[in-house]
Amino acid sequence: MVDSEFEFTSNFWNIWIIVLTVGNILACWWLVRWTSKPTAGEAATGDITGHTWDEGTLAEYNNPLPRWWLWLFYITMIFSAIYLALYPGLGTFRGLLNWTQQGQYDQEIQAAQEKYGPLFEKYAAQPIATVAGDPEALKIGQRLFLNYCASCHGSDAGGSPGFPSLKDGDWLYGGEPDTIKLSILDGRTGAMPAWGAVLNDQGVDEVAAYVISLSGRDADAAKVAAGKTHFASYCAACHGADGKGNTAMGAPNLTDNIWLYGGSPGVIQQTIANGRNGRMPSHRDFLGEDKAHLLAAYIYSLSNQ
Amino acid sequence: MSHEVVEKNIGLMVVLILLVISIGGLVEIVPLFFLKSTTEPVEGLKPYTALQLEGRDIYIREGCYLCHSQMIRPFRAETERYGHYSVAGEFVYDHPFQWGSKRTGPDLARVGGRYSDDWHRVHMTNPRDVVPESNMPSFPWLAEDGLDGELTPRKLKVMRLLGVPYTDEDIAGASAAVKDKTELDALIAYLQNMGTVISSRR
Repeated sequence: MVDSEFEFTSNFWNIWIIVLTVGNILACWWLVRWTSKPTAGEAATGDITGHTWDEGTLAEYNNPLPRWWLWLFYITMIFSAIYLALYPGLGTFRGLLNWTQQGQYDQEIQAAQEKYGPLFEKYAAQPIATVAGDPEALKIGQRLFLNYCASCHGSDAGGSPGFPSLKDGDWLYGGEPDTIKLSILDGRTGAMPAWGAVLNDQGVDEVAAYVISLSGRDADAAKVAAGKTHFASYCAACHGADGKGNTAMGAPNLTDNIWLYGGSPGVIQQTIANGRNGRMPSHRDFLGEDKAHLLAAYIYSLSNQ
Repeated sequence: MSHEVVEKNIGLMVVLILLVISIGGLVEIVPLFFLKSTTEPVEGLKPYTALQLEGRDIYIREGCYLCHSQMIRPFRAETERYGHYSVAGEFVYDHPFQWGSKRTGPDLARVGGRYSDDWHRVHMTNPRDVVPESNMPSFPWLAEDGLDGELTPRKLKVMRLLGVPYTDEDIAGASAAVKDKTELDALIAYLQNMGTVISSRR
């Protein structure tokens, strides 16, 4: 990208810019010189030029520009000449300082790396659980969380329907520090299939009743019994025979009355009938290991204080 | 030629003024049309699909550009938050570009893949369902309004006229590609593609 920054489709444009720019500065110089010199036949300095307006009540003196004003013109021209010599501006000429926007950005990044790099390295070398006990690290982690995670998981990490709370101690994929870090780095893709076509409305209703009963809530006994049979054939493979879920595939625990999409009968039926495919995007390229490490520590600290 | 001649001849003055004020544009703007970094696509850049192009029109119709920019500047504070700074070659198929100049909301130049489709659905219908602090308006009609695809082939044709390399097949299949989709589907397709051609951090 940097290499083509100065590349025109034809060298004509390089010359075009140089000729117009230099020509303009020279023309300005000439104009200022020419207008500040008296010409033959004009009124003497301090006299009226002969132009009058407003029925003769306004007249124009032939006074030279104030000296300081005239000099400002010259100074701008000298400034532009120096600027164009030092910085890119004259066509493809890069300037004597070799300054580029990219170079300035790289410098800024390097300065930040020198300042913050050792800090991140220090934490990266410690286990996540240890970092989670460091108040300074948690402050950094919280800043990072607010910047990169809060728009889905909420600024208090409390989540919202479809976007899990990270502070309730309930984990879809496991709450071990390294698992949390892995979730951040590689993302997660939920894969609850739609069962509407297999179970039909009645079956969905029955399974929903059974699922409701799993977390100790009241449900129609006949439906619960029928739902239990369906559950064993269709749901137990992921959610386990006891409904306690399986973190290896992100199948939630159905017995703890914590609901990602909502625990009302209607929403549970919807989830069973249409499936759910929640997705946590991968952040490996975007955040990198070091930031994910601190984020994992912060998130781990929320439910392990 | 003295001042008097110019001051007393308005036609001549108009010509001279036009000449003077056009120089800046002739030097600073016109050469950009012939600069490789602004006219050649970055490696891997693809023209918008029919659905993405429709989504882009929704983006313009709803005035998203009034609050969201699509231009990450080469400053650390920006690249830390949004990713690699924007480069001119990413926008060569944008007619017109949606850089914007106001950030009431965040920059969107690299929003593609940053959130799930589900998040966008919820967020567009009512932003406060996922971000309680948000002051973005709700756009609930997007999920209800369908695309008819009637004008989609023409939109692609106009883009081709402007230099976007659409094939005849692209144009022929444009209506079918957006059929049965909602405006929200189109907008999300547009957003999820945004800025994804450069995935490196810096």
